[in-house]
Amino acid sequence: MDGCMTNYSPLVGTARSSLRSAETDLKDPLPLVLHVPTAPHRPGDSPRFEPFPDQPGDLPKPDTLSPFDLLHNHAIGMIRVLGADGAAAGPWDPQLSPQQLRSGLEMMMRARCLDVRMIGMQRQGRLSFYLSSKGEEAVAVAGAMPYSTRDILFPSYRQPGTLLVRGMPLLAMMCHSISNRHDNVKGRQMPLHYSWKAGNVVSISSPVGTQLPQAVGAAMAFACRGERSVAAAWIGDGTSSQGDFHHAINFASVFLPPCILHVVNNQWAISTHCQQATGGTAFALRAEAYSLPGLRVDGNDFLAVFAVEQWAIERARRGGGPTLIELVTYRREAHSTSDDPTQYRPADEGNGWPGGDPIDRLKIHLIQRGEWSEEAHQSLDAALDQEVVASLAHAESFGSLASGLGHSPSTMFDDVYTNLPDHLRNQLREMQIETAKDEPGNSILPFVGKDRRAAG
Amino acid sequence: MPKMNMIHAVRSGLEVMLERDPSVCVFGEDVGYFGGVFRATQGLQSKFGPRRVFDTPLAEGGIIAIAIGMGINGLRPVPEIQFSDYIFPAFDQITNELAKLRYRSGGEWSAPVTIRTPCGGGIRGGLFHSQSPEAYFTHTPGLCVVMPSNPHDAKGLLISSIESDDPVVFFEPKRLYRGPFDGNPEHVPPWRDQPTAEVPDGYYSTPLGKAAIVRGGEEVTVVTWGTMVHVARAAIDESGVDAELIDLRTLAPLDLPTITTSVEKTGRCVVVHEAPRTCGFGAEIVALLQQHCFWSLEAPIGRVTGWDTPFPHAQEWQYMPSRERINRAVRSALAA
Repeated sequence: MDGCMTNYSPLVGTARSSLRSAETDLKDPLPLVLHVPTAPHRPGDSPRFEPFPDQPGDLPKPDTLSPFDLLHNHAIGMIRVLGADGAAAGPWDPQLSPQQLRSGLEMMMRARCLDVRMIGMQRQGRLSFYLSSKGEEAVAVAGAMPYSTRDILFPSYRQPGTLLVRGMPLLAMMCHSISNRHDNVKGRQMPLHYSWKAGNVVSISSPVGTQLPQAVGAAMAFACRGERSVAAAWIGDGTSSQGDFHHAINFASVFLPPCILHVVNNQWAISTHCQQATGGTAFALRAEAYSLPGLRVDGNDFLAVFAVEQWAIERARRGGGPTLIELVTYRREAHSTSDDPTQYRPADEGNGWPGGDPIDRLKIHLIQRGEWSEEAHQSLDAALDQEVVASLAHAESFGSLASGLGHSPSTMFDDVYTNLPDHLRNQLREMQIETAKDEPGNSILPFVGKDRRAAG
Repeated sequence: MPKMNMIHAVRSGLEVMLERDPSVCVFGEDVGYFGGVFRATQGLQSKFGPRRVFDTPLAEGGIIAIAIGMGINGLRPVPEIQFSDYIFPAFDQITNELAKLRYRSGGEWSAPVTIRTPCGGGIRGGLFHSQSPEAYFTHTPGLCVVMPSNPHDAKGLLISSIESDDPVVFFEPKRLYRGPFDGNPEHVPPWRDQPTAEVPDGYYSTPLGKAAIVRGGEEVTVVTWGTMVHVARAAIDESGVDAELIDLRTLAPLDLPTITTSVEKTGRCVVVHEAPRTCGFGAEIVALLQQHCFWSLEAPIGRVTGWDTPFPHAQEWQYMPSRERINRAVRSALAA
């Protein structure tokens, strides 16, 4: 740019380049247009998926303190355990007891029953909103079972199974989603935005991905105290575009705390396919650029998910630092009850998903081992559904959209700060006076007459 | 004349500008193929092609940053932030970059970006789908901040915003998209019965920086914007008070003369907004009125606002200013 400098006038100047290259000098130019990617399948298309890259047994299971670059094939391939025939194979088989497997299956089935009933509730106007996690139960359940209760988890909103694993009672989960007076977050959040401190599960917020770098910070706190505990967080494929993903993985690579970062690649972020979200859809491979191990796993393979989590947890506890895990799965249902996926993807797209259904696959595996039966499965399913239905009735007895949620409006002012500051105390009084005068006959608390209006 | 709801009006405004100006492009999360989660861009990608209307990765900071770059380099971008609650990853790009670009370059560079974003409560959206963050942006010199309250204004103001060489944050009260919510969640009337739903198909513009007097009156001035225009109007109708109702439409730059003229006439004023009270834009209006209309005031200026709490899910209707609260404030202003 010497020419530019010498010709520059301090008052008026135009940029000049000494470079003489013109379009005619370019070797074999490609058309220069704005590249706008699209989804692989749209309504009307016949969906076709590539088969998964690896078979069970193809990828070795290195020592958990292995250098990150030993795991290159694990980041671009896929760790699998359950084969198409339902048998478990390869070094990643976590060798779980039949009892452990049955309890995992039961947890996934409970999560599915809950999902089906809650979606039904929303359609009947008994919930304001819901998000289905159907088909992603292995991510939520096998993804959480290997953690100790002293580990701190930052899930996303599409994994209620994780809350079940961490001991949140069905009843409490329902009261939260209904937003009634027994909701432990006091009716403040939309459904599925759980918080369960007793199970060391951090409050979920709607802004996506914010929890990922927070988990890195939580892990740094463990490291500061020399505590061999782990912080884990989950985000979706769409969210991996957010700055927070990059903050998280970069800070993780700098401070090497005991954290496990997950990208749940369920292919779709509302209407946006993961191919539209990034030029490189091997999300696990991003870890390599930060000198961290990345593991890509069949997210509908209960055993593989369990094993990968165990590996990363052991690495973190041994002081080996963070791992990025990509769980490859498929969002079977709409993004949420406000969404209509038939507008942007073929209605039958999920039927061709090579990962199948996580519950069916574990069921077949257990049956094949002689540890389960179709009859046992059906009767468990019926029992779980009864449990869910009974819990729902119980939950609605503490307040429902139809009968009133039962909150005193004054609780709105709690928890903004540790203690109620004067300006909020004044606003609370203002609200009480207004409401009391507007509805004569009502005592100042508990505003029962107004709660009905929350049903709107 | 066609009847449009606010979604149709926004879409029509985008369509008109995409047709008139080849430098206009529209993008954001789910905006392209799907047409937006609120359907405001439905059909635009198939009409104008994926290079002018497209889906982006899920990253608000990135969306606004590329909009600035495009704007710097000759385009006129209209990015969408899916919910204004999600605008904050882009806060640095908006407040430090977009707002200050002209100033920091001594007028050499600017980016004519119009950020569309649905705002406000009343849809059972809880903390993160209900916020009214306009005051963060009115507090930032260099930004225009617009919030229409009806279909006719939505289209006309959107066209003016896109044509403006200054950056605009264009808030769309989502509770109003499909009907003029007036405070009664049990019954939201459709737009088609409203005169403001008569929206020309083609080009027209509504000037930025001009408030509208929705209803003339002599006894008290009610200043508001967005969804609260309709709630305040219903409150006034119920009360029988002869109130003058002003819809600001543009918050920055503010149409101060319309407000002061009214308050000098009525001597009384109530400001209503959905956002929390402390440092809400209402505080600015109250401060300006005491400065400019002090000798005309007959009563303290009232404020009816969201409470200084996050927007709760279960107590939505206790949080949002109601007709009753507005009426009470109007009566207090009259009684003083």
